[in-house]
Amino acid sequence: MKKAYVFIALGVALLLVGSYIGLFVAPAEEYMGQVQRIMYVHVPTAWNWMLAVLFAFGCAIAFLFTANTKWDARLEAGLEVATLFAFLLCCQGSIWAKPTWGVWWDWDPRLTSVAVLLFAFLGILALRGFVDDPQRRAVWSAVATIIASVDLPIVYYSVKWWNSLHQQQSTPQTVASQFHLPLRINAFGVLFLMIGFIMLRTRIANYRLAREMAMPPIGGEQAGELA
Amino acid sequence: MLTAALRKELLLQWRTRSQLMAVFVFGATTLLLFSFGIGPNAEMLRTFSSGFLWLGLLLSSTLTLSESFHAEMENRALEGLLLLPSDPRALYYGKAIANWLQLTLLGCALVPVMVVLYDAGTTELLKLLAIILLGTAGLSAPGTLYAAMTAQVRAKQTLLPLLLFPLIVPALLASVKATSLTILGDPMHQSRSWIALLAAFDLIYWSLCGLLYGRVVEE
Repeated sequence: MKKAYVFIALGVALLLVGSYIGLFVAPAEEYMGQVQRIMYVHVPTAWNWMLAVLFAFGCAIAFLFTANTKWDARLEAGLEVATLFAFLLCCQGSIWAKPTWGVWWDWDPRLTSVAVLLFAFLGILALRGFVDDPQRRAVWSAVATIIASVDLPIVYYSVKWWNSLHQQQSTPQTVASQFHLPLRINAFGVLFLMIGFIMLRTRIANYRLAREMAMPPIGGEQAGELA
Repeated sequence: MLTAALRKELLLQWRTRSQLMAVFVFGATTLLLFSFGIGPNAEMLRTFSSGFLWLGLLLSSTLTLSESFHAEMENRALEGLLLLPSDPRALYYGKAIANWLQLTLLGCALVPVMVVLYDAGTTELLKLLAIILLGTAGLSAPGTLYAAMTAQVRAKQTLLPLLLFPLIVPALLASVKATSLTILGDPMHQSRSWIALLAAFDLIYWSLCGLLYGRVVEE
């Protein structure tokens, strides 16, 4: 339990340091200017979003094989964090795209894949909200997560074919070394923050599962009082 | 067992054929409404015709898909079917194939409406049929699986599109692109690669959803 807060504190501290370096120490990019600095949060969020999706996918498979409800709690945490990060990615990307490309949105394969998966995961979270039986909810959301995650590469490549206008992905070779340090610090900052979030969220999901699995109180008066 | 399940589904669909007729009218109405969204610009309507056709088909498909599990939910018929000494996959594929055929029929019926409303005809009818077959296969495989889930919960009318629409983005994209190239001309022979993408999508989801269906309906 305490570990989750340690991770979150560590993540916030790293993000503060990394963002300070990114905002005040690193030089502004030649063509994009100050706007480019959003990359120091955007790219780490993107990397960790992919990790969160992979985590959710792994939890879904683990649940289907083991039928252990712990994996369902982790899946719920992974789904929510992946949804949050996808939403953040869309917001950050739009803020960056408006001054750079002149539009809020572009049909870039990465952008579109994130948006598609955001809606797919929102759908799965809605499904979870509508199923009362915990066993069914766990199986169905695991199945839906697997189906949606398998879709991700297909969406990516189909949109890439559909709209071949996009910019190349950056690699350490194409990015100057002054930009590396804040990017890496922030990547670990977001990673620790994500681990902390997932741990906290898993705990809440576990509590809720335990309450749902517990036998209902005997006698109508008690139940009436609770309601 | 598969043939028995398929026969049951087709018989059921034949006996409720008035429902398919109603869905067709719904699809044709959406095609009519899309043109009001654009305005009476003949050139533009022709350009977007394939997109409208597939969107109309997609919207109608949620009606037929959610309806396909309606009968199973009455008197807990699904549980009875699962008690049969057979693989639940046969039930899934029977239903998915029946839905596929129904959606193909619907797609073929909507094509003349598109031709009349948007002046978007083509002579390559066999190719168009192949695209409709592959595209509706992409809709029905995950659609049948999700319908099996959502039929058993509250708010099923909302949940099915919510789950299905993001998922079938690649299939929709490829179908629209291939249909559009067939109608508007394909000088670079690009439609073949879109059809290949559709076939790959179908292959992945027809096998994956069949594998997972047993887990979805188990008690």
